[in-house]
Amino acid sequence: MKTTSSLGILWVAALLLGCGGKAEKPTDDFSIQRQKAPAATETPAPETTQAKASERVDLTNKGVGPITSVTLPAEVDTDLAAQGEAVFNQMCLACHRVGKRFIGPAPNNILERRSPEWVMNMILNPEVMVNEDPLARDLLMEFNGSPMANQGLSQEQARAVLEYFRTLK
Amino acid sequence: MKNRFYSLMGGLAALLTVFACGPTQEGNAGALTSNAAERVYVAPGEHDQYYAFISGGFSGQLSVYGLPSGRLFKVIPVFSQDAEKAWGYNEETKPMLNTSHGFVPWDDSHHPDISQTNGEVDGRWVFINGNNTPRIAKIDLSVFETTEIIEIPNSAGNHSSAFVTENTEYVVAGTRFSVPVPQRDMPINEYKGNFKGALTFISVEPEHGHMDIAFQLMMPGFDYDLSHPGRGKSHGWFFFSTYNTEEANSLMEVNASQNDKDFIAAVNWKKIEEYVKNGGGTLMPANYAHNVYDDNTHMATSTMEKEVLVVNPSEVPGAVFLLPTPKSPHGCDVDPSGEYIVGAGKLSADLTVHSFTKMLDAIENEKFDGDAYGIPILSFEDVRAGTVSQPGLGPLHTEFDGQGNAYTTFFISSEVVKWKLGTWEVLDRQPCYYSVGHLMIPGGNSRKPFGQYLVAMNKITKDRYLPTGPEVTQSAQLYDISGGKMELLLDFPTVGEPHYAAGIAADIVKARSKKIFELQNNNHPYGIKSDADVRVERDGRDVHIYMSTIRSHFNPDNIEGIRVGDRVYFHVTNLEQDYDVPHGISMIGANTSELLIMPGQTETFVWEPKQPGVWPFYCTDFCSALHQEMQGYVRVSPAQNAPELSWSLGE
Repeated sequence: MKTTSSLGILWVAALLLGCGGKAEKPTDDFSIQRQKAPAATETPAPETTQAKASERVDLTNKGVGPITSVTLPAEVDTDLAAQGEAVFNQMCLACHRVGKRFIGPAPNNILERRSPEWVMNMILNPEVMVNEDPLARDLLMEFNGSPMANQGLSQEQARAVLEYFRTLK
Repeated sequence: MKNRFYSLMGGLAALLTVFACGPTQEGNAGALTSNAAERVYVAPGEHDQYYAFISGGFSGQLSVYGLPSGRLFKVIPVFSQDAEKAWGYNEETKPMLNTSHGFVPWDDSHHPDISQTNGEVDGRWVFINGNNTPRIAKIDLSVFETTEIIEIPNSAGNHSSAFVTENTEYVVAGTRFSVPVPQRDMPINEYKGNFKGALTFISVEPEHGHMDIAFQLMMPGFDYDLSHPGRGKSHGWFFFSTYNTEEANSLMEVNASQNDKDFIAAVNWKKIEEYVKNGGGTLMPANYAHNVYDDNTHMATSTMEKEVLVVNPSEVPGAVFLLPTPKSPHGCDVDPSGEYIVGAGKLSADLTVHSFTKMLDAIENEKFDGDAYGIPILSFEDVRAGTVSQPGLGPLHTEFDGQGNAYTTFFISSEVVKWKLGTWEVLDRQPCYYSVGHLMIPGGNSRKPFGQYLVAMNKITKDRYLPTGPEVTQSAQLYDISGGKMELLLDFPTVGEPHYAAGIAADIVKARSKKIFELQNNNHPYGIKSDADVRVERDGRDVHIYMSTIRSHFNPDNIEGIRVGDRVYFHVTNLEQDYDVPHGISMIGANTSELLIMPGQTETFVWEPKQPGVWPFYCTDFCSALHQEMQGYVRVSPAQNAPELSWSLGE
């Protein structure tokens, strides 16, 4: 006990000396810890050597939920995409921003990383996805444990949102 | 009584012999059966069979319980402010408590009644009366919220209310205290002959339930205590119990108890409806509030109505009759067939039962026994179906099981007595702990009662629960009435003083219960449908924050440019569209309650910052793993030296 407390005093003294006794220096001490956090995300946890969940590419995984098969026509349906944009702006914008990592990931180029079925199931069935789909679970962890809200979209609305995502490069 | 005592002693002796070696039971177990716990146990995750809507009395609210478990699900704010739900605190619901006397934040809620279709409870709305500043409220059971309150003019002590006719054509509100109509400055002791008792019929629009006062029947200056609709054969009539037919104005406990018989007033409302339809009645100037809450704008509006249609009973011959009923009847209860009207003369030793058929016959043959202010009094013996002789002391209220039995509470002898319609014989009695007021059988005031359980609402609790200082919990008791004998199963505490209750099979209600408000239907003038619409606007000293919430942040969460002396409106829209994800918000120092905002809903509170600084707000309803991070700051600057108005999230 004694040893630790004297060590503690030494540490404080060293800190004071090192900082030259300036009142603002404790912020430096705090910034040291802040630098650690990004470092930790850059180095993935030891149990996985995979890339960040948001950057991982998995075009075969269809996820878990009501959508088992989606066929995308070659051309983007612009009317449908416009409907999807309206739904997205009402239901999703609070957490997802185009071209910007926000509360959740940006939807740009999502179909280069995910299957259309996976995207729709994530929209329609987020609670189950987070529990049963490993990728969805890793995404939850990557995004601070902030759960994707189920916004009660119909399958048609989710399909429209998917079409909108096709326009976001 | 003596015989009962001896047989009780005998029973006790027998019990003692049986349990001679074991420890004896303490307390008033009454007729508690050994498997009672099993019969009220609703396993975790399972649902109760019935909803019970139990009035909150002087709490002014309505509480929702499950039966048989007695578990409390919700206290629906009605007439009193409720900080938990921001009822009467947020800008949207303040108009709900507006009256001709201004903002009245409290009332005494007494008698809930469930809307009916073809004489059966349909689970669409519950109506309940505010007793003190006369009002009738409607609770919409798709949202379990109060969506309409109408003030009753010319009324005082709105007690013989809020009971519905068998197709919810009307909800009826009768005055307890007669008053000068119109109100005026006059000597109190000139009451007799001058004061009036208004019986108000409020029409209910069949689809949306919109209420309007159709007419007020201006009756003699008695006290109108309780009322019930006719049903089946007596549909089209309404029955009101009266006391103080003496028309006394002081020392009422003596002076209003002089007549050996008061009346049950029988009102043929179909006849009056017809009279009014043909232009009858007089429009009289009035001033009363009509407050309506809209689930799409999520706001209430209050309108002051300026006139009311008044009907003088003497102008509609054959519409109103008086049935003599012994000693200040309280309950005035109609059996499921509509034939029997039970008058519980609370100072009488007997229960009087009138026959609807005999009443019609007496009317047809003009078997009158005089009149009161021109209203014919029918001869007692010509309308009486029978008498339940000396069933107990202090009868108050009767309900029915649909199997030909009636159940009456007795306040003074503290018991529920089961008796048979038609033979008038007493079949069973069970004690209540203590001093029961009203009782409720789900559907017991309809053509089709669910005759399985009975809830007795007691006036006195004493030693039934752990003591909590001088004020102890209010309480109710659950009896199983499905067998020949009533069985006490459960005591459970209630909120406020439970005066009355209404119950219904859960299946009828729960299928209609809404899970969220749809964002796309949100027409709140300060609501937003997308996070793109988030903004802050200044209008003089008023600042409007159009804020959104979703798990787990407010947008914006940093606001600058607010000045001391501003009036800051937080209009908060919950963008969630998932079941059971409300968000709350509260601001340090705000002179109001938190908000509790359901998915898709917008609510508003006002904050008037008084000193410069950086003041935090936060989410008050645990919403997610990151709930604790759901917080924000408002920078308040001196009025002369404030930065430009700005807002942000994550910048």
